[in-house]
Amino acid sequence: MKLTVPHMGNCYIAFEALLQEMGHEVILPPTCSKKTLSLGTKYSPETICLPMKINVGNYIEAIQLGAEGIVMIGGSGPCRLGYFAQVQKEILKDLGLDVELIVLEPAREGLKNLKDQILRLAQPKGIGSLWRGLRLAWEKQKAVELLENAACYVRPREKQLGITSRVLQASLANIRQANSIASLRRICREEQARILDLANHSPVQPLKVGLIGEIYTILESFTNLNLEERLGHLGVQVTREVSVLRWVRDHIFLSPFASYRIKRLVKQTDGYLNSWVGGHGLESVASTIQLAKADYNGIVHIMPFTCMPEIIAQSVLTKVSADLQIPILFLIVDEHTGEAGYQTRLEAFVDLLQRKQKEFQHEKATSLFGC
Amino acid sequence: MKKQQAYLGVDLGSVSTNLVLLEPKTKKLLKKVNIRTQGKPMQVLQQGMKQLLADEHQIVGVGTTGSARELAGVMLGADVIKNEITAHAIAAANEVPDVRTILEIGGQDSKIIILKQGVVVDFAMNTVCAAGTGSFLDQQAGRLNIPIDKFGDIALVSKTPVRIAGRCTVFAESDMIHKQQLGHSLPDILAGLCQAMVRNYVNNLGKGKDIQAPVVFQGGVAANKGMRKAFQEILGMDIYVPQNHDVMGAIGAAILAEEYIEQGHRTKFYGQDLLRCVYSNNSFECTDCPNHCEIVNIYKDQQLVASWGARCGKSHASLSTVAISRSLC
Repeated sequence: MKLTVPHMGNCYIAFEALLQEMGHEVILPPTCSKKTLSLGTKYSPETICLPMKINVGNYIEAIQLGAEGIVMIGGSGPCRLGYFAQVQKEILKDLGLDVELIVLEPAREGLKNLKDQILRLAQPKGIGSLWRGLRLAWEKQKAVELLENAACYVRPREKQLGITSRVLQASLANIRQANSIASLRRICREEQARILDLANHSPVQPLKVGLIGEIYTILESFTNLNLEERLGHLGVQVTREVSVLRWVRDHIFLSPFASYRIKRLVKQTDGYLNSWVGGHGLESVASTIQLAKADYNGIVHIMPFTCMPEIIAQSVLTKVSADLQIPILFLIVDEHTGEAGYQTRLEAFVDLLQRKQKEFQHEKATSLFGC
Repeated sequence: MKKQQAYLGVDLGSVSTNLVLLEPKTKKLLKKVNIRTQGKPMQVLQQGMKQLLADEHQIVGVGTTGSARELAGVMLGADVIKNEITAHAIAAANEVPDVRTILEIGGQDSKIIILKQGVVVDFAMNTVCAAGTGSFLDQQAGRLNIPIDKFGDIALVSKTPVRIAGRCTVFAESDMIHKQQLGHSLPDILAGLCQAMVRNYVNNLGKGKDIQAPVVFQGGVAANKGMRKAFQEILGMDIYVPQNHDVMGAIGAAILAEEYIEQGHRTKFYGQDLLRCVYSNNSFECTDCPNHCEIVNIYKDQQLVASWGARCGKSHASLSTVAISRSLC
C-alpha cells in the first residue's frame, strides 16, 4: 500500500525512512503551500486550529499523487489533536476519497489498538522491520535536529546573508538519501561541519532567544512564516524548546511515566502552573522559567489561533514575564500569509532586546568602575 | 542662496502616507505632508515627494517606516529602514522625554508601547482583530454621514453615553444600529462607541501591561477628541496628545536617520531623480519549487531594483534591506 504522512517541518525525513524500512512505498505530500492551505480551509471546520487545516490539505494533495493510506499520530487531553483523526476520517469520507487511516494513538488510550495498528504496518516485512525502521528513523531525526540547531547557531553569525538556510536544505536532502546508520552518521558529521563553517567567529555574542509554544507552529516553517530564519537574519540565536525527538521520547517511549514527568515539569514552573493543561502548555511555562534563569535575552511564544493549551500558558506567561523581567513576544498565527505586520513585531522585539542588553552592559560597566 | 538642510522621514502606512522634514539638531518640524495611501503606495509616495521637494531644502538623510517601509526605502534610497514601533517610541520620547506609555492608533493597527527611561521595555500590537482602529471609526462616520473631523466634537457633547459592545466590530456595529433605531441621540451613540473602542484597546493590548503616566496618545485617531476623553476616563490619567500626533512615525524615522548620519555615514538618498523616474511593479507566483512563493518585483524605469517574497533566497532584495537595519543596531 502506498502510504503518506502529514508534514510537520522536516520530520517527514524520519517518517519516510521508517515506513520504507517496513516495506511500504511512501508518497509525501508536496511542501506546504498556499494551495495546501486553500484546500485545507475549504474542507475543514471553520473554527478548528491551523494545524488540522494544513493536515487536511496535505492529505488531499498526497491522495491526488496516488497515496492510498495515511499514517498519523493521535493524542489525548485538552489539545484538539486528539480528535483530528476522527474528524479527518469523516472529511475524507464526505469527499469520496477512499483511503485507509492508520492512527497511532498514545499508549494510554489502549494498548490493544496501538498493537493492532503497528501489526498492520508491519505486515509486509514482519515485526523485525519495525525495530530496524525505528532505529533508522530515530537516527535520521537526530541528524535533522542536530543540523537545524547548527543552523540556528550559525544564522546570526553567517558570512553571507541567507546562505545557511540554503546549505541546510542541501544537507537535509543528503540526510534523506542515506540508507544505513553508518553512512548516515558520516553524512551528518560532514554536513554539520559544512554548516558550522559558514559562521564568522566574532567575540560579540548575538542575542539569545528561546522559541516556545505549540509544536506544530514552531516546527512547520510555512505556518510560522520562517520565524527561525527571520530571527536569525535579525541577528538572534534561536533555541528551540520543543523537538520531535523529545515528543516521541516523552509521549511514546516514556508514556507509562507521564505522571512523573508532569510532576517534574510542575516543579520547574515554581508554582506558576500546577497542572497539566494539554499540548505543550505546561512545557511552555516551565521552559520560559528555565530560560529566564539561564540568562536568555527574550522568549518568543507562538501558537495557532484558538489553541487551547497555549492560551492558558500565555495568560500565565504574562505574569512570569513581569516577575522575572524577561521580555516575551506573543505571536498568534492563522491563515494569514502577509508578512509585513509579522516582520514589524519581530524587528521591534529585537530592537527592544538590543537596547535592554546595551543598558544592562552599561550598568555593569558603571558599577564596575564604581561611579 | 544656501539651501536649508533637513532630514526626511517617511511613514508609508496602510491608510495614510506621511512625509516630514525635520531641522537638524533642533528636530523642529519644517514641513509635513499627509496624504491617503489609497492602496497605491508607489504613486502616492512620488506624489508626496513632489509636494515636499518643491521647497528649498537640501535633504541630508532619509528614514522610512510603516508597513511599506522597505518599498519606500528602495524607492528613496533610505539610510534607515525601521519598524513603526521603534519609530513611534523615538518620536514620543523626543517630545516627552520621560514618557512611560504610548497609545498609538492608526488606520489598520493599534499598538501600546511601554517605556522606561526612554527605552522600550514592552509592546503589543493588535493581532487577529481590527476592532478599534481608525478604519472602523472612519467607516462608522461614513455610515452616519458625519465628516470624520467632526466626530470628536459631536461625541464631546454627550452627557450619557450609551453602552456599546466593543469586543468585535461586527457586534459594535449591530449594537450601534440597534441603539440608533431606539432613538438615542447621535452624540450619545458616538461617545458610547469611543468608550467601547477604548475598552477593547485596554482589554486587548493593555492586558497585563503596566500603564503609567505620562501617557502620550498619537496616530491619526488621536485627533478624535471623543477618543481622547474616553481614554482619560477609562485610564483615569491625563493624556498628552503631541501637536504633530498624526506624523509621529515619520518624525521618528527622520530622527533615526539623523542619528545614523551623525555617526559619519553618507546619505544614499536619490534626490530629485526620484520624481522623474517611472516606478512599476508586478507580482507573480513562482513555480520553480513547491513553495509557490508570491514574488513582487519593483522596477525603476523598467529596471528591476527590488524583489521580495522568495523563501528560497533566489532574489534577496528583502534580505539586503534587513541587512541595512541590522548594520544599524
